[in-house]
Amino acid sequence: MDIAQNISMATPKAWGRVRRSRYLADRALKIICALFTLIGAFVLGWILLMLIVEGISGFSPALFTQTTPGPGTQGGGIANALVGSLILTFLGIIVATPVGVLAGTYLAEYGKGSKLAELIRFLNDILLAAPSILIGLFVYTLMVQPMGSYSGWAGGVALAIIAVPVIVRTTEDMLRLVPGSLREAGAALGAPMSTVIMQVSWRAARAGMVTGVLLATARIAGETAPLLFTALNNNFWFKANLMGGVSNLPVMIYQFALAPYQNWRELAWAGALIITISILALSVVARLIVKKDHVR
Amino acid sequence: MVALSQERLVSSMRTPVRRSPPRTFDHVFRIASLGSALLVLIVLAGILGSMIYGGLPAFREFGFGFITSSVWDVQRDQYGAWVAVIGTLTTALVALVIGVPVSLGIAIFLTQLCPPWLKRPVATTIELLAAVPSIIYGMWGLFVFAPLFARFVQIPVSKLVEGIPIIGTILYASVPSGVGILTAGIILAVMIIPFVASITRDIFDQIPPVLRESAYGIGCTTWEVVRHVLLPQAGVSIIGAIMLGLGRALGETMAVTFVVGNANRLSASLFDPGSTIASRIANEFNEALGLQLNALMALGCILFLVTFIVLVAARLLIARVNAR
Repeated sequence: MDIAQNISMATPKAWGRVRRSRYLADRALKIICALFTLIGAFVLGWILLMLIVEGISGFSPALFTQTTPGPGTQGGGIANALVGSLILTFLGIIVATPVGVLAGTYLAEYGKGSKLAELIRFLNDILLAAPSILIGLFVYTLMVQPMGSYSGWAGGVALAIIAVPVIVRTTEDMLRLVPGSLREAGAALGAPMSTVIMQVSWRAARAGMVTGVLLATARIAGETAPLLFTALNNNFWFKANLMGGVSNLPVMIYQFALAPYQNWRELAWAGALIITISILALSVVARLIVKKDHVR
Repeated sequence: MVALSQERLVSSMRTPVRRSPPRTFDHVFRIASLGSALLVLIVLAGILGSMIYGGLPAFREFGFGFITSSVWDVQRDQYGAWVAVIGTLTTALVALVIGVPVSLGIAIFLTQLCPPWLKRPVATTIELLAAVPSIIYGMWGLFVFAPLFARFVQIPVSKLVEGIPIIGTILYASVPSGVGILTAGIILAVMIIPFVASITRDIFDQIPPVLRESAYGIGCTTWEVVRHVLLPQAGVSIIGAIMLGLGRALGETMAVTFVVGNANRLSASLFDPGSTIASRIANEFNEALGLQLNALMALGCILFLVTFIVLVAARLLIARVNAR
């Protein structure tokens, strides 16, 4: 019915027009759409080019061995920020993976269409797009204020809160692709639900779930806003217990890029190049895993 | 003989019992999944709770006037949200005006015009725009885009419109530095394009191909198919996709902080610097004490409520088509 209506509406108008105007409208649409796509690709290329041109000159062995310099000090590297970022991202993903996978499993295997599952699915999508700076404020109230100090733990938790919804979403989507007959076969052998989920569903959806975790890692590795009030940043090696500020790349870039010192700005550009290339590479690898899985 | 067969029987009975985990594990697993799922709920409630808890003193001090007052004076301890709220809304609106047509164009290109071999690389390229950290957009905006924007847009446009009523105010740069509300909006537009484009693409992909094919079959051009078949079919869910982009634009922090100028003043010109809720929090929170901290939390509370409403509306609109 809908089709017939639409087309019957379209047809008389189309016939009523001059041929040339139809042709021009069509051409215009095609050219504009292609142009917009080109602009998108162009901006990505432009950003990468900018990072390479500005960042490559900052590369030296010192970049990876020395700590970030103090104000007015010459030289220096970003070793502490690199290691700090790796630790914070690792902490975030280590916390987020079990929570996200289990929550996704609940939505796909236990909750399914129940009211509670619907609500959680809905709110998870909201959390996925929630402003990350608010998550920083939340963790500040939750951890930094009571503990009386900025800490790497708070930074890790803030990043985990950003990663969880990504993992929940992909885990659920991937588990839903697993055919029900596989689960029934497992259940028919007498396996309890938990065994069916772990041995059958998770195995079948493994590649997709790994992709979800990789995408979440890529997402949190470059997050700056939630770390501003949680992990903070400084120019020293952090303490072993991660209390006090923990230096990290994104906040370091934020502070150094706007600084009046030439060597700080060079370090910021080098850090920006490293972080962007790693994140883009991670995103591409994550997509390749899913692609291979579909081919199989 | 008897003993042997008995032994075999016993062992064969025992094996499955040993392999399957005890019932308690099954139970624990279920509870753990439920608990993790509930954690999502708790975190969202916690974010709202912490904003209200932190912002309450400011709301109590200034009352409803907190939202409508445009004073932000740390010395006199007087705070109002109006400038930041307007800045947030304006930048997000500019982002939509620029970003939405481009996103729709990209979605149409990917679903209707693109040759199959090119589809995957183009789609990945656009999606990678979403993977670039927002701080990198900020650096690009401040160090590369803003100087070009000042030189080739702000200065010529300001000269052109000077003296003209209304337009001469909106598009006049008193200090053509390149940073300001409009620049922030343009950077935001680039940042929301991948999100809006990929959701719109999914919506177009869900429309049954037979509708398109029958329209092409009676001689429609691509433009007519898009205008009379795809857009009416996609309907409100496109608005949902746009609102999702709006939600992103409202809460974006780092990129905006770099290019918005961070000035607390209400200006009629889009070229002038301003500030958004998120950029103000990012700028001032670490040095804030007492009432200023509460005022920033109250700003966060306003931002949370606005984005929450926008995102809920977006999801409801998108879900409507998925259910069909």
